[in-house]
Amino acid sequence: MRFALIGQPNCGKSTLFNQVAGYRAETGNFAGTTVTFTESKVRVLGQVIDLVDLPGTYTLSGSNPAEREVVRYLASRQVDVIINVIDATHLIPGLALTLELMELGRPVVLALNMMDEAVRVGLEIDGACLEELLRIPVRPLIASKGRGVKNLFTTALTAAKAARTAERQRYSHVIEEAIAELAVIMDGRPLPLSPEPMAIKLLEGDAVLWCGVDEDIARLATAVKRSQKNIQQVTGQEAVWVISAERHGMAANLVRKVIRQGERRITFRDGLDDYLLHPFWGYVILVVVFYLLFQSIYGLGSILEGPLLSTFGILEGRIVQTLGGGTLMAELLVGVVQGVSGGVAIVLPYLIPFLVGLGFLEDVGYLPRVAFLMDALMHRVGLHGKAVVPFLLGYGCNVPAVMSTRMLEERRDRFLAAALATLVPCAARLAVIFGLVAFYLGPSLALGIYLFNLFVIALTGRIISRILPEDTPGLILEIPVLRQPTLIAVMRKSWFRAREFIVEAWPILIIGSVILAALNYFHSAVYFNLLVRPVTWLLGLPAQVGVPLIFGILRKELSLIMLRQALDVADFSSALLPAQMITFTVFVVFYIPCLATLAVLRRELGGRDMLVIAGTTVLIATLAALLARGVALVLFSGI
Amino acid sequence: MIDFTEKLCTHLMRLLDVTTGKVVRVVGFDGGRGLAQKIRQMGLMPGVWARVIRQAPFGGPLLLEIQGRVIAIGRNVAARIEVEEGECDLH
Repeated sequence: MRFALIGQPNCGKSTLFNQVAGYRAETGNFAGTTVTFTESKVRVLGQVIDLVDLPGTYTLSGSNPAEREVVRYLASRQVDVIINVIDATHLIPGLALTLELMELGRPVVLALNMMDEAVRVGLEIDGACLEELLRIPVRPLIASKGRGVKNLFTTALTAAKAARTAERQRYSHVIEEAIAELAVIMDGRPLPLSPEPMAIKLLEGDAVLWCGVDEDIARLATAVKRSQKNIQQVTGQEAVWVISAERHGMAANLVRKVIRQGERRITFRDGLDDYLLHPFWGYVILVVVFYLLFQSIYGLGSILEGPLLSTFGILEGRIVQTLGGGTLMAELLVGVVQGVSGGVAIVLPYLIPFLVGLGFLEDVGYLPRVAFLMDALMHRVGLHGKAVVPFLLGYGCNVPAVMSTRMLEERRDRFLAAALATLVPCAARLAVIFGLVAFYLGPSLALGIYLFNLFVIALTGRIISRILPEDTPGLILEIPVLRQPTLIAVMRKSWFRAREFIVEAWPILIIGSVILAALNYFHSAVYFNLLVRPVTWLLGLPAQVGVPLIFGILRKELSLIMLRQALDVADFSSALLPAQMITFTVFVVFYIPCLATLAVLRRELGGRDMLVIAGTTVLIATLAALLARGVALVLFSGI
Repeated sequence: MIDFTEKLCTHLMRLLDVTTGKVVRVVGFDGGRGLAQKIRQMGLMPGVWARVIRQAPFGGPLLLEIQGRVIAIGRNVAARIEVEEGECDLH
């Protein structure tokens, strides 16, 4: 038996799924966290049931990949009962989807989620009355606290066993006529849905379901077109608009009958948006929030990173001691340890705190507000407000930054945001900037590098959006109610995401590290230097920086650590001129993202885009470093 | 009999030009199919009331309240949504 969870984005569907199936689905207080469906087996009254969590969808006439997924799933799989989760505080849009689901001719159970929120805003919902009007079971639910879950699932089981299909509501005369006419044509044919729901979907211009029509497509297509034209003539509007407007009208009527707006209890949360979205205070808060986030993560990270890396350093020393330095076995083992320690140094100190912080901001619902505030600025680099998150995250670590591009709907936006986010100097590159430029040349020049970095990112964004023009005219984004996150949900979510990195990116890091160690054993440093020589020559850098640059791909701060070995000096100022330090640092900031980031890029965008981004960054790094070299030469010629 | 009241009251405009705090009714939309669909999903369909809550500075998006939901809409999108002013002042 199979139950399907369907609901609008941000209705708490995935929260419910996680309550019963353990943490398997991404949740977050913004639209579209679930893009594909997740399945799990759950036990209800001793019976094993396949529970599927479908992506959040506003309607079933799918316009984005997530929504098409829902239509395709419902049309192709046996679903015994649809559990429709709706946000009780947003009943009208929620019920519009319910009415649409009821048209499919399947049993439907309605779960009114977030009943605690509804009480808070003073809504009194007459569930019994709604049940009577819709003639489907209606159950209250507080998914975040696990209340009403059991009741909901036992109801769903009963409904599935009874197999009592929901009855659809009636549309206006002209629509019903068209439905009847099309249903007659399709009657008795093999279809993905029964004739009436099929007719409604086709009138709405659904593209997915056409694939399921085998016979006589031409005749059906003509009939659909004729009906659509007729509806447009009678009503003056496109059929798809008429149908969804009528559905909304019905939903609004239902709500009028079942809801009583009591006194709204104004809490400080309601007034909070006046500050969070304020044209002045909004930005002040934004800066403070992210400053605090960085400070706490960076503080925590630096406390953890030092001891962690030195422990691994001791381990490396032991290996060299026992196996003897310079043997292949020792080198390879050291390579493994470096790969493991590289992962530990990213995951524990930076990634996990970052994910916890991000998860907290997500569940509160702050991120869509950031998108609102930053939309205008982001359009300057060819993106919209939602893409600000990868940028901010990039300053800590590019890995979560690239992961977060998932929240953008358009592929082009995801590509551009990921490409630009990899140019943001992460904490590891900060170590290089500070260790080299700030230490030897002063903090103001280090700040200069950060500003130069912003300039390059903006320029790159403009150039890429010339090549790939923005095709969406702008932001359309729901700003959810601010919610109090629960610690357990945030922790589970962070672990869920960290695990992705551990499973997918870490092994690559270890393998890469071993390969580099092997190459090192066979004294290929000369070849490395030769390989990178065109670039180092162009930038006026000593040939020996080749190896540190290649190892920097493994972990960015390695390029600084290895530089000391490669140049064989304790004090960089004795081997590098100030202009060379700046050129080297700028190159390190921009060139090829680290291996972990590359692995995530491949996962999110595919191998081709990963290569394109890596190649582009080398080009950008070379150009930027050349420019920096020119500026630095002018700057230091006077000294 | 001809009903003039409706014609007298309605004042067609673009959502972009609505002053903050005003309540308006959505009339129509001109733009691509994909965008129309996204707008419809957000509940912005003919006949629905919307209130402009605030506008982000520097040409940023508008904040709307529609059926209890709060939605941010970019200015270019708002420029394509046709609305009419709700309140009718005959005096």
